[in-house]
Formats: sequence, structure tokens, C-alpha cells
Amino acid sequence: MSIIVRDDGFHKDSWEADGGLFIDLEKFGQDVASKAPDKTALDIPNDVSAHSLTGLFNNVAMIRIPFPSFADGRGFSIAKQLRQIGYEGRLRAFGHVIADQYGFARTCGFDEVEISEELAERQPQEQWLARLPKDNLSYQKKLLAEREMRNA
Amino acid sequence: MYEYNQFDHDFVRNRVREFRAQVERRLDGSLTEDEFKPLRLMNGLYLQLHAYMLRVAVPYGTLNSRQMNQLAYISEKWDKGYGHFTTRQNIQYNWPKLKDVPDILDALADVEMHAIQTSGNCVRNVTADHFAGAAADEIEDPRPTAELLRQWSMDHPEFQFLPRKFKIAITGAPNDRAVTKAHDIGLRMVRNENDEPGYEVIVGGGLGRTPMVGKVARDFLPKADLLPYVEAILQVYNLNGRRDNKFKARIKILVHETGIETLREMIEEVFETQKALHIPPSEEMVKAIEAQFQPPEFDAGPVDEEKLAAAIESDPLFKSFMETNVHEHFDPNHAIVTISLKPIGGTPGDATADQMRVMANLAEAYAYDELRVSHEQNIILPHVRRDDLPEVFERLREAGLATANVGLITDMIACPGMDYCALATARSIPVAQEISNAFEDIKAQHDIGPLKIKISGCINACGHHHVGHIGILGLDKAGVESYQITLGGDGTETATIGERAGPGFSYEEIVPAIQRIVERYVEIREGVDETFLETYRRVGAEPFKNALYPETV
Ligand code: SF4
Repeated sequence: MSIIVRDDGFHKDSWEADGGLFIDLEKFGQDVASKAPDKTALDIPNDVSAHSLTGLFNNVAMIRIPFPSFADGRGFSIAKQLRQIGYEGRLRAFGHVIADQYGFARTCGFDEVEISEELAERQPQEQWLARLPKDNLSYQKKLLAEREMRNA
Repeated sequence: MYEYNQFDHDFVRNRVREFRAQVERRLDGSLTEDEFKPLRLMNGLYLQLHAYMLRVAVPYGTLNSRQMNQLAYISEKWDKGYGHFTTRQNIQYNWPKLKDVPDILDALADVEMHAIQTSGNCVRNVTADHFAGAAADEIEDPRPTAELLRQWSMDHPEFQFLPRKFKIAITGAPNDRAVTKAHDIGLRMVRNENDEPGYEVIVGGGLGRTPMVGKVARDFLPKADLLPYVEAILQVYNLNGRRDNKFKARIKILVHETGIETLREMIEEVFETQKALHIPPSEEMVKAIEAQFQPPEFDAGPVDEEKLAAAIESDPLFKSFMETNVHEHFDPNHAIVTISLKPIGGTPGDATADQMRVMANLAEAYAYDELRVSHEQNIILPHVRRDDLPEVFERLREAGLATANVGLITDMIACPGMDYCALATARSIPVAQEISNAFEDIKAQHDIGPLKIKISGCINACGHHHVGHIGILGLDKAGVESYQITLGGDGTETATIGERAGPGFSYEEIVPAIQRIVERYVEIREGVDETFLETYRRVGAEPFKNALYPETV
């Protein structure tokens, strides 16, 4: 069972238990018509262009971006781009993300992080909560403020 | 000089606290060694051959006396009483203990310094012209831009896990002393036809195993667009840089494989989005940073030129020092003094705690409390009144810091090599020391004239050998050190990658080989004013190859 980390701590992942589905991007074209958007999560690879998803992302409730290794930072840029082009649904980082990266993930636009039980045991909740974005001292926020209106 | 505001202070202290916790979490097993590694690297901590090494950032090479004194204190309290100034304008300590590192970082924070992002696959410490704010040929001081970039890159959430390290250098003068064409991004401050300030942006330069001269991405980028544009370059790189092969992961390979035209379009596209979405730093914010780099109020009293002339007349060593270690300042009453950290037979870039204190005291007494670290591993007193030069020289001489060899053959760059570095394939410091001993005579050095020798102890090229007029690369050939020579490299605005001269030389042969090159140069130059590089450009590699490999002629 995966653990979901949010700003209020650890949760069991209830997405599938509540009837949600994860669908791979490549299969999405065929399956999408029959699924309710609010039960659909899209799994994208971490080398996809966010811009290629503009036509799809309003038909899903969640997008999940994998982190094959915590040292592979592509997911951060994809998340950032998705937010920049107007994706407003749930955004989940999935795989090997470490507690020290939680603030980065949240600041780049992720809502939550999905980790293995092994990792959750090794890096318990308080190590993640020590990295809440609200506590982050961010030079970027000071220097390159985001405009109020997102131009979708 | 830039002074920390409350935010800067809080940020750096917070970072030390985080690192302290990370060390504890490594010890209690929360973090695996693999996970801890990039975190310690982001805080400047390497694991070397014999011990940990801590690399401390000296942003754009600028320091004051209080900071230099603290560096001396740290070297005595937690290290072996010396430090090593690097080609990235940083200082490294070679012997800290892991458990002491958080305390060292706190001691740095006490004087508004840190070790953040001096390593790891993130945006590294931004470097700048070491004569910034003092040089006679400067169009504009590049340090406010460098400081802006320092702040922007600090803990940037999107760019902490790039394919590879990322280095930015900036110059505000037409004579490029910051090697901007050999960086991931090089910025040159320019003005457009309407006299508006901006940057020429160069991407994809770099040395290492595939040396490349950077390509121009934009000839003119308006000043206000800098952060969105740099953000765009980094995003394109983060998403598209190669992650399958560490040796092909720098942006230079992306530029090479994608082509600058295509890459330029990709950057422009992202830039449009960034620009539409972000509010660049306000003019007040930029002005506030610029205000901190205003030149000091220079002493305008008349310079006692007679005193200076008499000192030059009476002391040939001081005369030599004036010729090589003193450069023109934009203020005619002042001069720029370069303190050579290349004593004959010494380790290039090393300074003892006592020497650091001498330099700090001189800065305080004679240089408006400013110091600079150069990428050539020397220390600079950027503003010294001309009639104070004899005293400054005297004090340096007492401390063993008055070697009059700046820009000459013994002013070498050498990476740590086999003496410290875990990646080394050969020694580099001892080679530098032996070359230095071989050319010890200062008069002879002045006769040979400007000549840059640069030495790396492995293919990673930290010693910048590709851009040395004479480059030396130490390799391992079946368990034996073999030194490869390159000729004609240049790291300035006329950047060129040196050419391989031929088969390598053994440790015993390398110094005589260098001597043969120099002798040949002296033989064939057209007068003493023709420098080694000029001669090389005039005659090509042939005469030097003949000198190097006489048996094949
Ligand atoms: S060039 Fe090689 S030996 Fe020298 S410091 Fe760099 S990695 Fe180490």
C-alpha cells in the first residue's frame, strides 16, 4: 500500500478504493470516453511535454508524474509547466521522492506525494512536515513573483 | 559590498539547521548514503581521497576583511591551518570532520557566508570578473547581476536535481577575465544601439572531457528579461538534458546534439511563457542591490608620485611587482593589486591562516576593506592608492606573498589532482611545483613574458588545461602517469581550445618538455613584445612539436 503525503501528514491512498482508476497516457485515448473524469487519474511518463497534454487535462481529476529516482528532477519542471499552462486538477508526485524534496515538490505545483511504505517508515511523517511550503524561505517568491492571473 | 538583509540571514541560518538535521538523519538511518550524498553536496561537502572536503562559496569572488579573517579562523579551528582558493573563486578546506561541518557553516553564517550550491547537480556559485568594480576597461559592474542570480538560484525548487552541475559566469568588461565562453551560461554586459543595458547570452561552453566554446543564444537580452530568460534556459535543460550518461549530461552536449538554432527556439518558446507569467524583480529591488556595490569614496588627495617612482627605482623586486601584479584602476589615483598565491615551488592557490590575516589586514588598511578571489587562484586588493603601493608590497614581502609573477609562467593553475582528489588519474600539484622551481628566476620569467600554464589531474579538466596557452593533462596509462600537452588554448574573449601536441610524457619527462617549448618560443619570437600566444598563432604548432619530439624530426 502506498502512502500519500500531504501538508497535514500521512494518509493511506484511497483513490482506487474509492473507485478511481489510473490510466497510462498511451492508453488514455481509447479508454477516456467511457470513464468519468472525476474517477480518472492520468499516469504520464517524465519525458512528456506538458504542452502536449492541454487537450486532455480537463478530462481527468488527477495527473501522476513518476520519480524513478529522487535525483531525476524532470518531474519538477513538468509540474511547473502544467500549472503554468492552466492545469488546475490534482497533481501527484509518485515514486522515489525524499522528505527533503517535499517543499520543492509543493512549490512546483504538486499537491501530494505518493511514496512506498518502506520509505514512509524510514522517513516518518515529521521529516516531511518539517518541509512544509508555508515555512519555506523562498528567494524565488521574492524575485520572480507569479502573476495573479494564470493565462490558461 | 553586498550586506545581508534579514531574509538572507534567516535563509542561511535555516539552511544550517536543515543540514545539521540531515547529518543526524544520515546517522540514524533515515537517509541512505545515496540520498544523503546530493544533500551534502548541495551544502558544499565532498568526500575526497583521504577525508571530507568543504567548499565555501565566495560569491563572485568578493570578500571583506572580516570574512577573510573568519576563513583564517575556521582553517585553524577545524582544519589544518590553511585553505585552498579555487578556480571557481571559492575556498576549500581539505580536512574537516563531518560532525564539525554544521558548526563551520554556522561560523560562516556569522560573517554572511555559506557553502550552499558549491557542488551538486544544481546552479553553482556564480562567478564574475575578479577586477569587477575596479577595472579601467569596465562598462558596468557585473556583481549586482551576479548577486541577483545568486539569490534567484538559491534553493530554486525546480532546479536542484538537474542532469548535471550548472555554472554561470558574468563579465562587465570587453576583456573577458571571467572565461564566459567556457561556462554553461556566460553573460557579457553590453549595450544596444539605443544605449540600453543588456546581456549577450552564451550557452553551452565547458571544458571537461568534451571541451566546447559556448554559442551565442541571444546577442542582446534586455536587462529586465534576465531572470525569465535564464529560467527558460534551465527549464529546457532540466527537461531535455541527457540523464543516461553522466559524461554527456552537461548543457554543452544538449547544445551540440540539438543544434543551437533549435535550442534557441525552444528557449524562446519557454521564455515567452515565463515572461507572461512572472513579474520580474522590481526596479527598487534591483536598485537596492546595485546600491550595495557602489564604489567606495575614493581618497582624492594628490598621489605622491615621486615616492612611488623612488621606490620603483631603488628596488628591482618592487619594480617587477609593479610590472606584473599591479593593474590599472578606473580611478587614476588608485591601482589594482594582485597577490600571487603561487610562490616558487608552492601549491597554487594555498594560503595559510596567517597569510589570510595579512591579506585581510592589508585590505582593511589600504584597500577600502575589499578583497577578491580570482579564478586564477590569486587574491586581489581591488583599490589601493598608488602611493601606498610600496608599503603594501613591503608587508606582502614579509608574509611571503610578494611573488612578482602574475600572468607569467609560474602563475599556474593546477587542480588538486592525486594529492586530494578521488577522481585523479595523475598528480598535478607536484608538476606545478617542479615547473615553478625550474623557472624560478623572476628576471627570466619577466623575459619570457605572459604565459599561462594550466594543469589538470584528470580528464574532468578542473585545472582548465584546455584554455591554457600550454595545457597539461595528467592521465593514467597502464598504471603509469602520462602527461598530455595541449598548445594554444585561450580563455579570454578570443576563446580557443588548445590543440594536442602529440604523445604524452612521463612524470620525469614533463618538466623538460615544457622547458623545450619555452626555449623554442624564445628562439623564434619576433622581439620580446611578441607573447607566446601571439607567436603560436603566427607560426602554428609545428615548431613546438619539433621541439617536443626531436627524434621524429
Ligand atoms: S581535474 Fe580531475 S583530478 Fe583534478 S580536481 Fe578535477 S576531478 Fe580531480
